[in-house]
Amino acid sequence: MSASTPETTTRPQAADTSAATAVSDRGTALWGLAAQFDTPAAIYAAAKKVRDAGYRWFDCHVPFPVHGLDVAMGVQYTILPVLVFFGGLTGMCLAIFLQVFTNSIQVDLWAIVPVIGYQFEVSGKPLISAPAFVPVMFEVTVLLSALTAVGGMLFLNKLPCLYHPVLKSPKMKRITDDRFVLVIEARDPKFVRSATQDLLESLGPERIVELEP
Amino acid sequence: MSLDANRGDVRLGGLGPAGIGIGALVGFGGLAATLFLDGIEGTAVFWKSYLLAFMVAQAICLGALFFVLLQHATKAGWSVTVRRPAEAVAANLQWLWILFIPILVLVWSGKGAVLFEWCDTDYMHADHVLEGKMGYLNPTFWSIRAIVYLGVWALLAGFYRSQSVAQDRDGDVRRTLRMQWWAPIGIALYGLTQTFAAIDWVMAIQPKWFSTMFGVYWFAVSCTGFFSFVIVLLALIRGSGCGEKVFTREHFHDLGKLLFAFGVVFWAYIGYSQYMLIWYANIPIETEWFVPRQLGAWFDVSWILILGHFALPFVLLVTRWTKRYRNVLVLIALWMVAMFIVDVYWLVMPSVPEAALAAATSWDELQSAAAAGELAIGWNPSILNLTALLGSVGLVVCGTFFFLGRASLAPTADPRLSEAIAFENF
Repeated sequence: MSASTPETTTRPQAADTSAATAVSDRGTALWGLAAQFDTPAAIYAAAKKVRDAGYRWFDCHVPFPVHGLDVAMGVQYTILPVLVFFGGLTGMCLAIFLQVFTNSIQVDLWAIVPVIGYQFEVSGKPLISAPAFVPVMFEVTVLLSALTAVGGMLFLNKLPCLYHPVLKSPKMKRITDDRFVLVIEARDPKFVRSATQDLLESLGPERIVELEP
Repeated sequence: MSLDANRGDVRLGGLGPAGIGIGALVGFGGLAATLFLDGIEGTAVFWKSYLLAFMVAQAICLGALFFVLLQHATKAGWSVTVRRPAEAVAANLQWLWILFIPILVLVWSGKGAVLFEWCDTDYMHADHVLEGKMGYLNPTFWSIRAIVYLGVWALLAGFYRSQSVAQDRDGDVRRTLRMQWWAPIGIALYGLTQTFAAIDWVMAIQPKWFSTMFGVYWFAVSCTGFFSFVIVLLALIRGSGCGEKVFTREHFHDLGKLLFAFGVVFWAYIGYSQYMLIWYANIPIETEWFVPRQLGAWFDVSWILILGHFALPFVLLVTRWTKRYRNVLVLIALWMVAMFIVDVYWLVMPSVPEAALAAATSWDELQSAAAAGELAIGWNPSILNLTALLGSVGLVVCGTFFFLGRASLAPTADPRLSEAIAFENF
């Protein structure tokens, strides 16, 4: 069968072209370039310049939240609230469906299988009593909103992340203490080994570190 | 970072005198028109309208007092600049007691039954349940309580306003500490007085009925009133071209959040909790309050509240951007002011004669009687409702601009001023 033919010709080209420039000084593969700064103000200014230079695959690693850094980096506002809204809406609809279905349904499936709800009558109220359903609607809405918020956050952040090149380098340890590091990844379309290094040098970092994948 | 001492010193421009003038004109004009249209007869419509108007004004100012107390109790930094306008709104409580005097006089005049049925002692003695409540619902005790509530509010509002304004002049940080020290006590006093005031002035309109949720419901009502009012007020100030440094997009965003939280979600939560328990238990002494509110036109008003006070603003305010664009937020706030007034109207106006309830054999019978207009459900919209409302709200607007104009728009010497100015939402 023709399926046995190896389809190696349609590999994505982007990886190959960036690989051509992403070589470390030692000749090994390069994941990215990290510039280390010693003040929040310095990394704030650097992030703006890197953003304006057109880079998109870059990140800042800081020991505490630096106010306004996301705006300086040009980070888009998260889509998470929209996901949470629809998660909540799903929960509400699910709760209405479950309660109406389980309590009041009365149909014959395929004309022979009778499906009858529990038909609980409570103090003479109708089987479908909206006021009684509201607490469950509220709870399921909150539950699915919360699950969407946590799950969506993990998904959008690509978590759990068991390995990250920045954490591999022993030179990066001070990002949890008192140093601020800006990393431009080699997969950025604008990444060119020499030009990117020149840009980072111009930002006045303490040092520049090559990161292996 | 160096602190510029005069950063928060922003004065109200031409808007101040204009607000005082228009507010006074509408306020006194509205009250005079209400009296004139009534023919100084003291009809039931007049007194209901007057109570409605007073409760609307009271709710807005009480919400402001709560906001001021809360900011001090939590030592909030973000709200320092918007606290001053809230202080100005709350400061109206220093004169609002004057508007209560006519109601006090009515209760003592012997004609109080036109508004509060419990003033009729024969009516009270005739029913065992009501007779048991006479120890609480009698003119003497009721008046003493009213004076305590109004006094506590006037004192609290006056204290916070005067300390804050005095700090502008002397920059004494101890004033901030003093205000913080009193805030938890103030909140406790506020909680008790506003709960019992709601019971005495609104719940007692139907003396047999009781709801342990009612005080909390009134708290949600007053928060709706204040937060929507203050957003419109700040938008007016910003629209007049001043205060752009102290009332930033971030402050509008946060006030929008508070309106969403208290005025939309919390209100619905409390309103539903009250309804659900009464609906489930289905005991006549409790359901009699909801009966007129589900009959005739009141049923439509109830639906307007569910959709317009909860569903619509929930969808509108749940997103971030509507709270961050002033022109959008102020439209929603204006809508919420209207809904807040509809809500108070819905609390104060409906009533149904007890005899008709007792005689009715079925719900359908009540419904058709209400639809045919044979059953009095308290649905008689009148021009007096509008003029009285214009009167009290106009006077609150007038008073607010008067207090706003007498001091800087933001506390200039508050130790957390720079925090409020630099504040950003994430």
